[in-house]
Amino acid sequence: MKTIRALIVDDSSVMRKIVEKSLRQAGLSLSEVFEAGNGAEGLNVLKDKTVDLILSDINMPAMDGLEFVKQLQLIDSAKNIPVVMITTEASESHVTQALSHGAKGYIRKPFTADQVRDHIMPLLGS
Amino acid sequence: MTTLTQTPVRSGNYAKEDWAALVQIAVEEVFEMMVGGKASMLPEADMGKKDFSAMVGIAGAMCGVLTVAAPAQSARSIAAGMLGSESVDNTSVMDALGEITNMVAGNFKSKILALADGCMLSVPTVVAGADYEMHSLADGYRTQLLFAFREHKFSVTLQLSA
Repeated sequence: MKTIRALIVDDSSVMRKIVEKSLRQAGLSLSEVFEAGNGAEGLNVLKDKTVDLILSDINMPAMDGLEFVKQLQLIDSAKNIPVVMITTEASESHVTQALSHGAKGYIRKPFTADQVRDHIMPLLGS
Repeated sequence: MTTLTQTPVRSGNYAKEDWAALVQIAVEEVFEMMVGGKASMLPEADMGKKDFSAMVGIAGAMCGVLTVAAPAQSARSIAAGMLGSESVDNTSVMDALGEITNMVAGNFKSKILALADGCMLSVPTVVAGADYEMHSLADGYRTQLLFAFREHKFSVTLQLSA
């Protein structure tokens, strides 16, 4: 399996660690993991880091996950990075909005490592 | 009373008398998937001293607040379970309790068809300290359940406006 670099965007540092742990349990080989506490911080990370996968919460201060995904589409170097939303907000309207803004997947908290694998592996061509 | 036997419980048109059971299932699912252990409901109602209370507001088709309260040892045990490490500082304990509350509230509302799309959740607020009382203006419906995780007690309270 190829090694990937991931960006995890969540205002909870505990949740960022859980998402990273789940990615590893799902069988992903992570060479680097970058963290950001909201969408604006996530955009800053992408100014000088290259990643293969982004996992983002929706409800965050400063810039929420939906705006973050929308902003990514305006950045040539970032618009093709697969983004998966990981959030408690799993209403149909949130899912529709996230997908229409460019997200490629949606995982509802609470989640298992198997669910993470099922959503993410197809996006990485695995 | 609707029989709630599916795991995980899917969205449905549950009546208000089923909501306590749905809160219980929401808690059990969150702990099983995210904390790495079983949260067992206890018959008693009084938890005693609490050192941390995490609250998530619910607004929309249903308005109120869901609170998870725990003594320090219980909150630390929950955070340790989430992080897979026994070494957790107070910041992580509060962060973890806030996230648990957020997930329980989200999981609960996702099970009620009428609320899943019609409600928003606030970001969590965590209060540290034992010497306070909480009074919610949401006085229409209240259920409080007591659980044990690794023999440490914590409570989950759902309060909704009429």
